[in-house]
Amino acid sequence: MLIDRQDSYNEEGRDQSRFSVRVLVSILFLLLLVLLLAGRMFTLQVGAHEHFTTLSENNRLRIEPIPPTRGLIYDRNGILLAENRPAYQLEVTVEQAGDLELLLERLSGFVELSPAEMDRFRASVRQRRPFQPVLLKSGLDDETVARIAVARHELPGVEIEARPVRHYPQGADFAHVVGYVGRINEQDLRRLDMRNYAGTSHTGKTGVERHYEDVLHGTTGHKQVEVNAQGRVIRELSVVPPVPGQDLFLSIDVGLQRAARDALAPHDGAVVAIDPATGEVLALVSKPGFDPNPFVNGISHRDFSALQSDPHKPLFNRALSGQYPPGSTLKPIVALAGLEENVTTAERRMFATGYYQLPGHERRYRDWRRGGHGWVDMNRAIAVSSDVYFYDLGHKLGIDRMAPMLGAFGVGSRVGIDATGERPGILPSREWKRSVQNLQWFPGETLITAIGQGYMLTTPLQLADVTSTLANRGQRVQTRLVRAIRDGADGEPLAEPLRYLDPVIASDAHWDVIHQALIDAVHARHGTAWGSVGSTSHTYRIAGKTGTAQVFSLAPDQEYDESKLDRRLWDHALFIGYAPAEAPEIAVAVLAEHGGSGGRVAAPIARRVIDAYLTSLGLLAAAEEEP
Amino acid sequence: MISVTGRELTPSQWILRSLRLDGTLLVLIGILLAIGLVVLFSATGESIAALQRQSGRIAVGLFALLLFAQVPVSTLRAWAPWLFLLGLGMLIAVMQVGDVGKGARRWLDLGLIRFQPSEIMKLAMPLMVAWYLSLRKAPPRLLDLLVISVLIVVPVLLVMRQPDLGTALLIGAAGLLVVFLAGLSWRWFLGLGLAIAAAVPLLWSQMHDYQRQRVLTLFNPESDPLGAGYHIIQSKIAIGSGGLYGKGWLNGTQSQLQFLPERSTDFVFAVYAEEFGFVGIAVLLALYFLIVARGLWIAALAQDRFSRLVAGSISLTFAVYMVVNIGMVSGMLPVVGVPLPLVSYGGTSLVTLMVGFGILMGIHSQQRLVNR
Repeated sequence: MLIDRQDSYNEEGRDQSRFSVRVLVSILFLLLLVLLLAGRMFTLQVGAHEHFTTLSENNRLRIEPIPPTRGLIYDRNGILLAENRPAYQLEVTVEQAGDLELLLERLSGFVELSPAEMDRFRASVRQRRPFQPVLLKSGLDDETVARIAVARHELPGVEIEARPVRHYPQGADFAHVVGYVGRINEQDLRRLDMRNYAGTSHTGKTGVERHYEDVLHGTTGHKQVEVNAQGRVIRELSVVPPVPGQDLFLSIDVGLQRAARDALAPHDGAVVAIDPATGEVLALVSKPGFDPNPFVNGISHRDFSALQSDPHKPLFNRALSGQYPPGSTLKPIVALAGLEENVTTAERRMFATGYYQLPGHERRYRDWRRGGHGWVDMNRAIAVSSDVYFYDLGHKLGIDRMAPMLGAFGVGSRVGIDATGERPGILPSREWKRSVQNLQWFPGETLITAIGQGYMLTTPLQLADVTSTLANRGQRVQTRLVRAIRDGADGEPLAEPLRYLDPVIASDAHWDVIHQALIDAVHARHGTAWGSVGSTSHTYRIAGKTGTAQVFSLAPDQEYDESKLDRRLWDHALFIGYAPAEAPEIAVAVLAEHGGSGGRVAAPIARRVIDAYLTSLGLLAAAEEEP
Repeated sequence: MISVTGRELTPSQWILRSLRLDGTLLVLIGILLAIGLVVLFSATGESIAALQRQSGRIAVGLFALLLFAQVPVSTLRAWAPWLFLLGLGMLIAVMQVGDVGKGARRWLDLGLIRFQPSEIMKLAMPLMVAWYLSLRKAPPRLLDLLVISVLIVVPVLLVMRQPDLGTALLIGAAGLLVVFLAGLSWRWFLGLGLAIAAAVPLLWSQMHDYQRQRVLTLFNPESDPLGAGYHIIQSKIAIGSGGLYGKGWLNGTQSQLQFLPERSTDFVFAVYAEEFGFVGIAVLLALYFLIVARGLWIAALAQDRFSRLVAGSISLTFAVYMVVNIGMVSGMLPVVGVPLPLVSYGGTSLVTLMVGFGILMGIHSQQRLVNR
């Protein structure tokens, strides 16, 4: 009994000591584990602290762009041509929307969603940043806004935002000058610096809007925000405000622009007016125009194809992109070349019959007047627009002496106007024909070039530019649309400096001959514009030149007879001129498509534009305007 | 002063003694619970409601602690097999009629309360194994090992099937720790280690896809940064960006801005680490170590084998809890869903742990009574 108890006591003791060893081992092992954990923590929190701090900051901080306000565009008198209007648009934050398709289906009960809008929306959804609202539809009317606002609780993630939208209050009148902005597309993405366009949705697509994109856009600001794991903004940490775009003041006068548009009626065509002293474009009309406003947020396919298939081609910028044969309008330049090259004199007379033949050739080059003009000197040849005189002069000059003078006036190269879409026209020459057609130059081609037909093409803008150079006696000023740029609404508009180009060099006596001939073309009884302009009452004189540009070529034995031709085959009527002739304030080029006679149709249009401008300058009393 | 054994007792000592509580352990647990509430307030986004709910659970836990401290060791020992059988029965029942939560069938709805039977098993397991071993001669022999193996493996497999890898791990650990403390020869542990190594492929084939994913993600969390790896990556960022002194209470960006998932439950340690830094972690680890050490001290002083084994197992299981949770949050162990003991939001594990501490304190009081 005693031994037994002793045994059990001993066993209890052994058991306890064995247990104590195990406990000791456990404690030591636990200590090891705790130190291991502490070591791990030390590695993470002290060793790799900077690394994880960076990751943590990347998690919570986001830079959000603040798009700048686009600069405004005014005419020369401060009338708005392009502004930013608040417009309501429907935006969806996809992360909050839940089932997107279901949401779109519900939304279509409130607002009409076209397939194009849906496609664009889906494309933007794929490119967005987390929690960036995606535009679904813009230009909501007040009623739709109200209805959606009421039903907001069943439309998760849907927001109505008032965002500035570009608006062109002058509508169709300035579409070909100011151009328009549109949504940034993939092509634009390649062109634009996306760092500065992070928050911008629109960019200039055409016209001044495109040419001055850098000036108008401004600099994007940004704010640093703290976001949570879902990407929702918790608070704003810092803001760098955007720098708004600069405002542009065009040299165009809204009143003159409208007057030019009305003067052109009922014809399609173009009118370009320039202040010769400054190169400022006073009016630039391409008729018909189109309303640029639907293009801002994407014009519908139907409307766009309607514009495209319109026979009057409203989308075509005739003033800048339209290339037409200059016709007789450039005869004064050929005459100046003849004088400067000593090929002829102002006094030399020739008997101009109804046609001209190159020596040893059969082909007859016909005058526009069947019977010819009789005895003509240079002055009369210009005033009556004798083709035969200029065939002869052209032949004597040769293309190699004619082309450089035309080139000096800017024919065949872009004027370099500060808008998009300008085309260079064609200045034909031996080299030009060889490089383009790989053919040699024929003497007959020199003859038709001398009367502004054949290969030669000019734009109405170029013709106005040429007219301005004629008015300036060879002094060339860079033609431009923007006369001043303003930095912010309270800033002073800073005038853009004039830029002089290489002048056309000719002697004063020769300039006098040409100027007198241009005056006589309008004001002499035999002048081509006498009947329509010169013979009407006036208090100032216009120096000008009529022209007709053939739409198709007549065979040598064919007669041009308007009454027998389809209107679409009628010649284009042209007129270039400047006034007052003695102290030019304005140089104008008019193109009336299929107008027929330059003298009858184009010259009076120019007269009305000049009248309007001189009246606005106070040089002409309103009563003296042509009724 | 009331004299009991000739020593003078202060009133507070007298109260603790008559309530059969251990002052040291109670203070340590109290500090940990307080830290837990402070961190939870931050982790739940300063939610007073969450704080109140958790405080309620702590109150329930303290009551359970007090209650179980009163249970004499002999009663506990008598209950052990029945408790084990009850737990086993419920585990089987939960397989059949259990409620599903978070994709796992863990909950048993008894009308009045809804609880996880696996929690009963966390305590029933060490009690059962200790009961069995207290009947046998020490150290355990081969036959004992076979019996114990069955006792451990059956509930562990049942819990794994729910599936609840974390709890299965803790239940298995509780049983194994008893065997270890009972003095099982080191050779057996070597053998067990090898057996586990051999069982890994078998275990792998039994795992659910999401469990496998967790293991794979452990080794390369960056392979799936938005999926399975997200937890670990964000947790490491939270811990690492905390630095030496932390970002300050309520200022942890990873947790406050919700980058950290499960931030009030399994990953609450990362919140603490982010806001209180390495210094805070050193304090927390020391606290855990002291609690386990105090528990083992109580076990070492216990008068009989059953008490020793139970007290030792409860203390060491608590340590396993802590090591597994911190290991998983810091990316050293796979994410197995073990909460940070006494800190993580939630009542189930908290009450079980407090019952365990109650048993521990009961054993301690018993020993004092015997000593007298």
